[in-house]
Amino acid sequence: MTVATARAAGAFRVWLRNYESWKDFAVASLVGTVAEPLLYFAAIGFGLGRFVEDIQGQPYVAFLAPGLVAATAMNAAAFETTFGSFTRMTEQRTYEAIVMTPISVGEVVAGDILWAASKSLLGGGVILLIMLPLGLIEGPLALAVLPLTFAVGIMFGALGMAYTAIAPSYTFFNYFFTLVIGVMFLFSGVFFPLEGLPGWVGWAAWLLPLTHAVILMRGLTSGALAPSMWIDLAWLVAFTLLVFWLAVRLIRRRLIR
Amino acid sequence: MSDTDGDVLVRAVGLVKSYGGEPVVKGIDFEVRRGECLGFLGPNGAGKTTTINMICCFVSVGGGELEVFGRPVEGHAREIKRRLGVVSQDNNLDPDLTVIKNLLVYGRYFGIPRERRLERAEELLEFVQLDEKRDSHIRQLSGGMRRRLTLARALISTPELLILDEPSTGLDPQARHVVWQKLRALNRAGVTMLLTTHYMEEAAQLCDRVLIMDEGRIIARGTPEGLIDEHIGAEVLELYPSDPAHAGALALLEGAADHVERAGDEVFGFFRQGERARELLPALAEHHVVHRRATLEDVFLRLTGRELRE
Repeated sequence: MTVATARAAGAFRVWLRNYESWKDFAVASLVGTVAEPLLYFAAIGFGLGRFVEDIQGQPYVAFLAPGLVAATAMNAAAFETTFGSFTRMTEQRTYEAIVMTPISVGEVVAGDILWAASKSLLGGGVILLIMLPLGLIEGPLALAVLPLTFAVGIMFGALGMAYTAIAPSYTFFNYFFTLVIGVMFLFSGVFFPLEGLPGWVGWAAWLLPLTHAVILMRGLTSGALAPSMWIDLAWLVAFTLLVFWLAVRLIRRRLIR
Repeated sequence: MSDTDGDVLVRAVGLVKSYGGEPVVKGIDFEVRRGECLGFLGPNGAGKTTTINMICCFVSVGGGELEVFGRPVEGHAREIKRRLGVVSQDNNLDPDLTVIKNLLVYGRYFGIPRERRLERAEELLEFVQLDEKRDSHIRQLSGGMRRRLTLARALISTPELLILDEPSTGLDPQARHVVWQKLRALNRAGVTMLLTTHYMEEAAQLCDRVLIMDEGRIIARGTPEGLIDEHIGAEVLELYPSDPAHAGALALLEGAADHVERAGDEVFGFFRQGERARELLPALAEHHVVHRRATLEDVFLRLTGRELRE
């Protein structure tokens, strides 16, 4: 077995561990992963949406839905690799037990992040599924939303994991969820277009990873793709590689002395 | 060097480790030989756990050489860990999984095929007497059960070397003796064991050889009997001189014993020949005296001193 396949197998075994502990409590977990975004979808999309005029030629709910897929992917993954991973790393000492086996710290981190991305896929996928009968999807290109949702999950899973590595206690996740995740949720173009706002707002939003995920999601569901979206994709790939590397490094530093 | 000496599973030469500039292991040499049970004895902070964590590739080697299964630990962690079984000091069983799943999921980390894992898990549940608890959750188990399950978990991969960090700390006497029985059975079956403990009785019961560590150094090594014989002798008289007439008793003890030690309100007289202690007993009959065989604990306290380690 080469090193690469051994690493992939290790990460997958950690993923399976999470799956097996999740499936017994799947219903409770689904409430957070799936039901919450659907409530947003109903309340903002249909409730508030009735009073909003068409945006970029789309009904408000069609504008909102792809953004909500990206935001759901973010929330599900970030929640998993903070509260979930922090508990496994500290209180339960599950990480410590696993790294006593042939599995390495990098594989534990990768397995947890892939698990977080799987939850993103589940939550985002359900929204996509509901968009279909509502006629909010233009063409088969929208299928690419699924791998993109998984990729967005990896990115925010890795970001959450990097924060987990430096968080002294649960209380410190308040900073992360309010100042990082909360800001992105509200100001990355999920609920309103960033075009037409003062220039500095656009630039600030451009620095937020979720902004690029929202642009790509919207392009895929509406079918209105633009060449500039390659830049958004490149931005996401670069940021994901950076935070993933950082997450592995920081967790290793915290775990192995 | 492994090819010439396949019977040495662990070899440390001048092994060193510091945490943040503070040295905790200060250059130790030792070997673990195939089939033996080796004990690391030492007070808190002696460097025992750090040493075994370096063997488990959980703590990086600070300096010197450390070979496990004939390979340096740096760069061979995956290979080494595949052949090790580890029972760590604190409970780190997976609380999200049932008893049987703890074994099966852990076995999968080693890449053991499902059929083999199932078979092995059944064997081990029986071995540690937990077959009736197979579907229980970890929080429903007593401390002794958890420790037995941790032992079973470490054995799922049929390790060549079993590493145990204070295997019976925190257990009640019944549970402790069950753990000891299991460990003796494993050692008889040929499993090499390395354990740390600060229970001298545990070391005397289980270990073929012991290394006494203190402040990051190995200060004595040998068989439990050999160490007792070398450092203490055969028998001990403990005198609790609470009555006013104790001065006479004290003088008798000091005259007859090979070595006398005072600690608080106790006086210990150590005798190389047991008969000399027994001859003295009638003369001390009116005093509060305990007569007993010398133990590893006497060696330990002699070598590491009696002051508290906190």
